[in-house]
Amino acid sequence: MSNKHIDEPTGVETVGHEWDGIEELNNPLPRWWLITFYLTIVFAIGYVVVYPAIPFLNKGSEGIWGWTSRGQLAKEMDAAQAGRAATLAALEQTPIEQLPGNPDLLRKAIAGGKAAFRVNCVQCHGAGAAGGIGYPNLNDDDWLWGGNLKEIEASITNGIRQPGNDLTHASLMPNFGKDGILTPAQVSETADYVLSLSGKAPLNANGKLAFEANCVVCHGADGKGMRSVGAPNLTDAIWLYGGSKEQVAGSINKAHAGVMPAWGGKLDGVTIKMLATYVHSLGGGEDFSEAPTQPAAGTPGNAKP
Amino acid sequence: MESVVARAGIWLAALFVAIVMFVNAVDTGFAIHMAIFGLAAIAGLVISLRKTNYFALANGVGTAVDQGRYDDDLIRAGVILTTFWGCVGFLVGLVIALQLAFPVLNLGLEWTTFGRIRPLHTSAVIFAFGGTALIATSFYIVQRTCRTRLAFPGLARFVFWGYQLFIVLAATGYVLGITQGKEYAEPEWYVDLWLTVVWVAYLAVFVGTLVKRKEPHIYVANWFFLSFILTIAMLHLVNNANLPVSVFGSHSVAVWAGVQGALVQWWYGHNAVGFFLTAGFLAMMYYFVPKQAGRPVYSYRLSIIHFWGLIFLYIWAGPHHLLYTALPDWAQTLGMVFSVMLWMPSWGGMINGLMTLNGAWDKVRTDPIIRMMVLSLAFYGMSTFEGPMMSIKSVNSLSHYTDWTIGHVHSGALGWNGMITFSALYFLAPRLWNRERMYSLRMINWHFWLATLGIVFYASAMWVTGIMEGLMWREYGADGYLVNSFAETVAAKYPMYLLRAFGGVLYLSGALIMAFNVWQTIAGKLRQEEPLRTAEYDAAADRPLPAVAAE
Repeated sequence: MSNKHIDEPTGVETVGHEWDGIEELNNPLPRWWLITFYLTIVFAIGYVVVYPAIPFLNKGSEGIWGWTSRGQLAKEMDAAQAGRAATLAALEQTPIEQLPGNPDLLRKAIAGGKAAFRVNCVQCHGAGAAGGIGYPNLNDDDWLWGGNLKEIEASITNGIRQPGNDLTHASLMPNFGKDGILTPAQVSETADYVLSLSGKAPLNANGKLAFEANCVVCHGADGKGMRSVGAPNLTDAIWLYGGSKEQVAGSINKAHAGVMPAWGGKLDGVTIKMLATYVHSLGGGEDFSEAPTQPAAGTPGNAKP
Repeated sequence: MESVVARAGIWLAALFVAIVMFVNAVDTGFAIHMAIFGLAAIAGLVISLRKTNYFALANGVGTAVDQGRYDDDLIRAGVILTTFWGCVGFLVGLVIALQLAFPVLNLGLEWTTFGRIRPLHTSAVIFAFGGTALIATSFYIVQRTCRTRLAFPGLARFVFWGYQLFIVLAATGYVLGITQGKEYAEPEWYVDLWLTVVWVAYLAVFVGTLVKRKEPHIYVANWFFLSFILTIAMLHLVNNANLPVSVFGSHSVAVWAGVQGALVQWWYGHNAVGFFLTAGFLAMMYYFVPKQAGRPVYSYRLSIIHFWGLIFLYIWAGPHHLLYTALPDWAQTLGMVFSVMLWMPSWGGMINGLMTLNGAWDKVRTDPIIRMMVLSLAFYGMSTFEGPMMSIKSVNSLSHYTDWTIGHVHSGALGWNGMITFSALYFLAPRLWNRERMYSLRMINWHFWLATLGIVFYASAMWVTGIMEGLMWREYGADGYLVNSFAETVAAKYPMYLLRAFGGVLYLSGALIMAFNVWQTIAGKLRQEEPLRTAEYDAAADRPLPAVAAE
């Protein structure tokens, strides 16, 4: 049966089998191949000895180095924490009002705020903090509840319209159309008037009347809003819920009452301080000296509609 | 006569079951699938009745099959369907690559979102393109290396077409949103049961053919095929242990939960790579490379050692998919060290393939099919080095969850599995249809270069983007805080996504050229073209000019 012969081109003997014309040469295992294979086995044995590897009844072997993946994680997190410890301690002791006087600490706070923002805030405000419909853009100089460091810190800590939090920013605009305070025609006219404040529509006399009767309490006679109740400035062509006629009329018809979590219950004070400095640094952050035209948020909880 | 009645009875019973399931279905997807089952049963009934030779039956003469030829009908169908599924799978891959770069291509429809189309792509290339190629070539090779016809020819037909039905059920299921949520094992319980029946039949046909072989020994390609069939059966059964919520519905609940479920899933997932995409395709390599080169296999001893090394070590390597997870540390370590030891046994196949060309290396210049085989083996070697390297914990902590993994998979899939399958198709088509050669060898050459360039674009783009995003994820600023948000790492990958899609365009165009080439070959045409050859060599002119005496 066997048909061993020497293969001409290579001078190697065949094994003597043949399948459909295919024969096999009797070459030995390549030496480098075998040696490398043995080396990987030696490496594996060594690795198994020093690292946890062998399963027993209740748990695996621990390895002579005592390494665990949880231990490695804890070590790396501790090291990162230790690297930040001095900064965190300094931030803890520095009231947020004094941060602008310490540029180095402020820079570190902004870096930490940026990291925290990316974990906690981008879901609504966006990676570039540009916001979207219903979520304020944090890059502009338009602030609903105040834009200095202290005010931003307060907004983050207590959130917006959080039930059970006495310090939260809470205010409710009435549903003027839905609850029948204004007729549909008046809602439409008022929307036209509101748009005219930003120069987006011609002045609507009926709308002006309705506005003066219903809206000036919070938004002011000039429509520039009131931060104590989070009433937006209606003259700056910046729209939280959209600036088309339909969207503005929709907001008058049924108010939105957006919410933000009270981060004070979820993040530590230093992280919130860092977040406030980061948001403040994005653009439009206000100085303490630059007192807003409206009275600063004193007791935001007592907002009236 | 009895056998005809029995066969028709089985199909009618299958049709009856499908109708009962259809009528009682609790969800639309299940109803659609039972309708497909029913249509398949009707098709089976009609075909088996029409193919019966009633004249021979009535006159009591047996229908003689020509025992002097191999049973090649299924393999012809396999060549056509492999080509078809390949083009479909590559096209869907291109679509999802473009979806990643341009999300608007999700079209806002549930059926065309990335989440549903992505498993359609992976299953179309692995199970439809790869699986059909494996079944067809295994039937071709086992007959020739055993010098006998297929055992149980009726069952073999059931295996082939039953597997095609599995593909159709799986593909429609993805689009309809039917999934058990396990990567590469998405089809639900009833499709799994169907595949189990088909696979057991496949094992019976293959082993039956081995048993009736006319050769004293079993050729190495058949060891690999047998290990592939057996191991896939085991993996499939264990990983798909699910309890249906209702026997009339498409939903089921996995028996394995939590980290045990994850380990079983990646034991399955990794060995699907090991035994489907490696062992099965090595079997193809062991037949087609020596045949095309006309050379003996390099080393019989190496084939034994690397075969047993490969199948013993591969089965342990799955946990390397779960490094730095809730999986106990000891299991992670074992997954890593077995992966490292797997390096050389994997390379044994590459060495045996490449060194088989000893004495025939000149053919790399003149034979584009050999060139494809060499490139295929080179990519096999690259990805089986890259795999063990990526399983090392410190490398994995960078590469895990990044596009590096996608690049690694595609250098293996496009390079190794794709190229060896293309060369097998080019080998088979002229032989199965009795043609002198393929319609055009120059088109094979075009296919080779388009596919090669496509892989280079694809893999290098994914390597760069994978390492980049891995580094971005772990980047700490000077003040000790993470620098990048996840969305920023996604945005940074955009240019690489475009390059990857461009590579996909090249690879798909190569496959379309192949489809045309196979089509023309089957149609019996030969393209009149200049032969591929090397430059002329004139020994007489290859010498310095004699000195001319000065005037």
